[in-house]
Amino acid sequence: MSVSIVYAILVTSLATFLSRILGALSSERIKETSKIFKWFNCLAYATLAALIARTIIFPVGVLSDISYLIRLIVVVLSLFVFFISKKNYVYPTIFSAFCMALLSNYF
Amino acid sequence: MINKKFFFKGYKSILAHDSPAIALGCCFIAIGALLRNLGFNIQESIFSTMLTYALPGSLVMAESLLVGASLLNIFLAVWFVNARLYPMAVSLFPLMMHKDQPKWKYYFSCHFIAVSAWLIMKNNYKSIPKKERIDYWIGIGSATWSVAIIGTFIGFFFSEYLNKDIMMGLAILNPIYFLCMMVGASKTIQISLSVLLGAILGPIFYFISPEWSILLGGIVGGTSAYLIGELNVS
Repeated sequence: MSVSIVYAILVTSLATFLSRILGALSSERIKETSKIFKWFNCLAYATLAALIARTIIFPVGVLSDISYLIRLIVVVLSLFVFFISKKNYVYPTIFSAFCMALLSNYF
Repeated sequence: MINKKFFFKGYKSILAHDSPAIALGCCFIAIGALLRNLGFNIQESIFSTMLTYALPGSLVMAESLLVGASLLNIFLAVWFVNARLYPMAVSLFPLMMHKDQPKWKYYFSCHFIAVSAWLIMKNNYKSIPKKERIDYWIGIGSATWSVAIIGTFIGFFFSEYLNKDIMMGLAILNPIYFLCMMVGASKTIQISLSVLLGAILGPIFYFISPEWSILLGGIVGGTSAYLIGELNVS
């Protein structure tokens, strides 16, 4: 490895904290009823959705070894479990792990 | 200082039936194992989670280290992927701002901004008096942060027992959990459209620029959803 792990950790935490503290500082002048707050709310949800979609469609790490079809099947089945379990968050999550391990083993 | 009643109320949110503890813990177990395989020792792995506490950022750091990227490259890559924390902070902190609360609480607790804690707070803030929301938030953040650290610790020491199938199962947990939480949170036109457009545009922009895809997808999708929602209201 060309760079020290400790420096890499410090740089990573600094890059992460920067967005957090800038967000906290900017918030001081924004009211929760303002239009800019609503806009940022939409930006936050859309950015998170973009991140999740990217994690599933263009993953890094072990998930990239799984075919698109298997990932799609796991997502669709997990959403199905989410709706039939009356929008419980834990059941589809646990289901997805077993489903992924099972499908990746057999296909 | 901190109102203990609301702090512990926030802390206990991790024990709720639909808590993110399992998904979050499993993801950081995977991170702990990954860091160990990369050559991190236990102290470095724990400090990495404590100081960064953002899963995609840690993954990007790990990938960058693997390909021998420079510190500047690591900084920029992590900053791009974690820039989502800025709109997340701006869409959360105004809900907690109160003139009777000291500023240090806000500056200190911004470190807890991560998807899991943010979604718990967004779902529950209305039931907490505005003055006490920051203490409640610090409770939620401390709880999710603790789970992440414990997960990293477990992953580090059990890495040799985690085969590829288990790692795949652990890796899918987090996106599925957050996907369900986002679908569950889609209760207004603006939020539903934001989630839908972000999920469609993020991967599309990946073909143009992988580094900028999340930000571009978020900005274009979120702004379009906001404007459509405003037009719909007026």
